[in-house]
Amino acid sequence: MTIISGKDLRKHYIAGETKVEALKGLNFTLDAGDFAAFVGPSGSGKTTLLSLIGCLDKPTGGLLEVCGTDVGKLDRKAGARFRGENIGFVFQDFNLIPVLTVYENIEYPLMIVNPLPEEERKKRIMALLEEVGMTDQSHKYPDQLSGGQKQRVAVARALVTRPKLVLADEPTANLDHKTAYMILELMKKMRAETGTTFIFSTHDQKIIGEAERIFTLEDGELTGTSRTGGNNNA
Amino acid sequence: MLKIFKMAVRNTHRYARRSLLIVSLIAVGVVFVQVYMAATNSYKNLIISQITDSMLGHIQVHKKGYLVSVENVPLNMNLTAEQTARAEAILKGNPLVESYSTRIKLGGMISNFAETTNIRLAAINPGEEFKTVPLLPSRILEGTSNLKPGEALVPELLAKGMKLKTGDTVVLVATNKDGSVNGKQFTIGGIIETAPGPGGRDGYILLADAMELLRMEPPEISEIAVRLKDFSKLEPAFNSLMKAFMQEKNKDGKPVFEIHTWEKLSPFSAIAKMINMMTLMVKIMLVAIVLIGIMNVMIMSVYERTREIGTIAAIGTQPNTILAMFMAEGLCLGAAGVIAGNILSVAVIYGVRLMHVTFAFGMREGFVLTPEVNPVDFSIISAIVLAVAVLGSLQPAWKASRLEPVKALKSI
Repeated sequence: MTIISGKDLRKHYIAGETKVEALKGLNFTLDAGDFAAFVGPSGSGKTTLLSLIGCLDKPTGGLLEVCGTDVGKLDRKAGARFRGENIGFVFQDFNLIPVLTVYENIEYPLMIVNPLPEEERKKRIMALLEEVGMTDQSHKYPDQLSGGQKQRVAVARALVTRPKLVLADEPTANLDHKTAYMILELMKKMRAETGTTFIFSTHDQKIIGEAERIFTLEDGELTGTSRTGGNNNA
Repeated sequence: MLKIFKMAVRNTHRYARRSLLIVSLIAVGVVFVQVYMAATNSYKNLIISQITDSMLGHIQVHKKGYLVSVENVPLNMNLTAEQTARAEAILKGNPLVESYSTRIKLGGMISNFAETTNIRLAAINPGEEFKTVPLLPSRILEGTSNLKPGEALVPELLAKGMKLKTGDTVVLVATNKDGSVNGKQFTIGGIIETAPGPGGRDGYILLADAMELLRMEPPEISEIAVRLKDFSKLEPAFNSLMKAFMQEKNKDGKPVFEIHTWEKLSPFSAIAKMINMMTLMVKIMLVAIVLIGIMNVMIMSVYERTREIGTIAAIGTQPNTILAMFMAEGLCLGAAGVIAGNILSVAVIYGVRLMHVTFAFGMREGFVLTPEVNPVDFSIISAIVLAVAVLGSLQPAWKASRLEPVKALKSI
């Protein structure tokens, strides 16, 4: 089942008097449950594409449907609601809320975005903390965690609302290779358990092989797509 | 909502030094305003009570047109016995009135047989007068407040000038409304302290003596001083009395009486208004301090946390929730300043009371400043600061809620 569909997808920016074409008419589809990677060098359009899929930005041309919704037509409030209900985010710099503990960071979307009763909230959070191996760190604040631990919390936060889609922009860029593989393994494991579609962007050749579908971007164009088994299916 | 406030409190701790600075600034502002208000209210209330309780009364009733010529103490503008009875009936029927005192005001000459000078007199019934202006007996420096027929209380300065003592004999001379001059011998019953304001330099004699001196038949009254049960109800009491007195018309259909509060009768009301104006200015300064301070802190906060705002927006936080988060932060800073400021204010106000600060009013010295913690003033100032704190955080909070997530996430 197609979860994301891009048709002649375009995005340009105006920088002074210069028009910068970030995405030049992409056509692609992603299926539910995919573990996919957008790869390419810096400036190839990976982050722009993830931002469009994540409703953080709007396309300037073409059509982009995510979970059956034309996301280009969503206004600010509807976009926020759509993200809260359908999409989880994992950021390169983890982006945990510094004034909240590990537990509270994971709890945040269930408190503020998609409120759930406390009992159910606690059940979900404790299960996720167990899954990401952070149960005994739940009381700590982000500045007391290592990079790998922060990213595990970020993955748990992205999954706590049970989204259809998790977008991870360079999730391993600030991690050493061992930790990076651990995070990708964790994401694959969560994908296997929840059926959530995972899309991550990277320019690190060593971890590209972990993806099952690879979309190669160069200078705003999709130059190749491939399916692999992934190095280590969970 | 609780979670939003929890986050707001933690965010204020995050920038502890900056938060402490703005909270201190607000607290100092609150202390300044609260103590200023408490001190000026104490001063104002003390002086007002001196004026109303020792001379004027809270409200005065005259014949229509008397007040414009009050300096001449006109005897042809007196209330007749029948009009006085009507006025007394109205006053007796008003539940807010504690007591009233009928007076004849007159001007005359006083002679000690060696020299003669002008004197203004208030003729009173001591029983009524002391109920209506209860501080009057405390102004009697020597002699008795229990005036007997043929006795006069003379003002301190006049007594000094004419070297009068209690028990001395003087002659009071007055012109009645027909123009004939009459004189009567009096004994000095006492010396009364001179006080600032209208009536503060008047001497006192009994009503019956004044009627004899003025050959007033039938009896007439110049003014009726009224004391209320509760001075804080001056406005409703005045309004209800005004309504009743304005219904009393003469044969031409015009009002018989005029009625005034102490504010219309005493020049101190202008000073009281000036004090109120200065209090307003001080409040405006506090508003400016809170507004600029909170706005500055919140602008910095939004600027420094742009990426975090992008993150929570990306996660799906609604713009209104982001707005509420930052406004809650401003409110928390304001609340901390208010709490600290109010606690300090109470301490300073009690400190000032312990210091026994004294001041003079007119010729009288030794008034002790006794500022009080007024819950109404405290509540009003607290509400103003909290409202302004919310207002000050509105613009930065609005800006935060309008940030484009994609741009905010790219912020360093």
